[in-house]
Amino acid sequence: MSSSWPLWEVFVRGKRGLNHVHVGSLHAPDAEMALRNARDVYTRRNEGVSIWVVPAEAITASSPDEKDPFFAPSGDKVYRHPTFYAIPEDVPHL
Amino acid sequence: MDLEAEFERTVAAEHRVEPRDWMPDGYRKTLVRQIAQHAHSEIIGMQPEGNWISRAPSLRRKAILLAKVQDEAGHGLYLYAATETLGADRGLLTENLISGRQKYSSIFNYPTLSYADVGTIGWLVDGAAICNQVPLCRTSYGPYARAMIRICKEESFHQRQGYELLMTMMSGTDAQRAMVQESVDRFWWPSLMMFGPPDAESANTEQSMKWRIKRNTNDELRQKFVDMTVPQAEKLGVTLPDPLLKWNPERGHHDFGQPDWDEFWQVVGGNGPANAQRVAHRRKAHEDGEWVRAAAAAHAAKRTRTKESAA
Ligand SMILES: [Fe+2]
Ligand SMILES: [Fe+2]
Repeated sequence: MSSSWPLWEVFVRGKRGLNHVHVGSLHAPDAEMALRNARDVYTRRNEGVSIWVVPAEAITASSPDEKDPFFAPSGDKVYRHPTFYAIPEDVPHL
Repeated sequence: MDLEAEFERTVAAEHRVEPRDWMPDGYRKTLVRQIAQHAHSEIIGMQPEGNWISRAPSLRRKAILLAKVQDEAGHGLYLYAATETLGADRGLLTENLISGRQKYSSIFNYPTLSYADVGTIGWLVDGAAICNQVPLCRTSYGPYARAMIRICKEESFHQRQGYELLMTMMSGTDAQRAMVQESVDRFWWPSLMMFGPPDAESANTEQSMKWRIKRNTNDELRQKFVDMTVPQAEKLGVTLPDPLLKWNPERGHHDFGQPDWDEFWQVVGGNGPANAQRVAHRRKAHEDGEWVRAAAAAHAAKRTRTKESAA
């Protein structure tokens, strides 16, 4: 029989000025080990300057199955986009 | 809404399927099987080369080989992580590997008899793997495609260090050149087998192509590999051990002979030169590591309790 460790999701900041981005997951007994494993698995070639690890079970996700209704509120608000507004060609810097 | 039609539309439009999307059972099963086999191959693939780490001829070569073998461990882990997004259980996959229920690439059941094999594996085996893997960067399942992109970035180092190693040996003594040729003779045909059986005998290809899991047929990729490798062999000064190998100007490709498919099926069936040794080694490493996993889990549990009682 084998002991199993919980699953952690790994997020890496590639360099200063960028957001942390999800890169994958790994198993580790605790947060500290998860960080060390994440360094060895996901940043062997300077791919990151900062790592977050999050217990996979702590993540709440919207389901793509609910896609239509869940993201509907932003679907019909074309006036949130700059292209919604007709401005004459000869108005500068707008 | 018809889920199956929606899925088919997504795949046909070259959009990626993501973990929580609805997908046909067969698609999920095919992916778990293929990605797990791929992960197992990366993990078992550490053994043939790992065999030479302690005997590398210089510190430079040792550091390179260590880094390469460590990359293969990483590749295995990216891929196992991708299977888990499909609901696969990691412990169970390891169990499937060490009990022989699931396969890995037949190439790793051949032994590494000389140090030149380290170079040949980098050049031919990682070269063939790259041919297989580059198209998989566009495979329809998102987490698999992303793992493949990461892997392909790292593979180019693997192939180049192998080729450089062989070039160094080829500029050495006659004995070293003979060692390289002998190694290429042993690995050429098994490398061609890495693309799988001929298309006519490949049971899963058609459905996998339709689902865009697979992007090219086995024979297409094999041809591509041969065409890429021939000029590299010429430059290196080695002979590829195939009397039928020659340029065909009409096809614009090289003609070449067929590997011994009986041998292939023997190796796939568990009767290759090193099958038993590879699986036994992996099993032992897993079982010997059990106390470490248990101790780390116990330590984590204890610290959680301490934190809770302090709060
Ligand atoms: Fe690899
Ligand atoms: Fe590799």
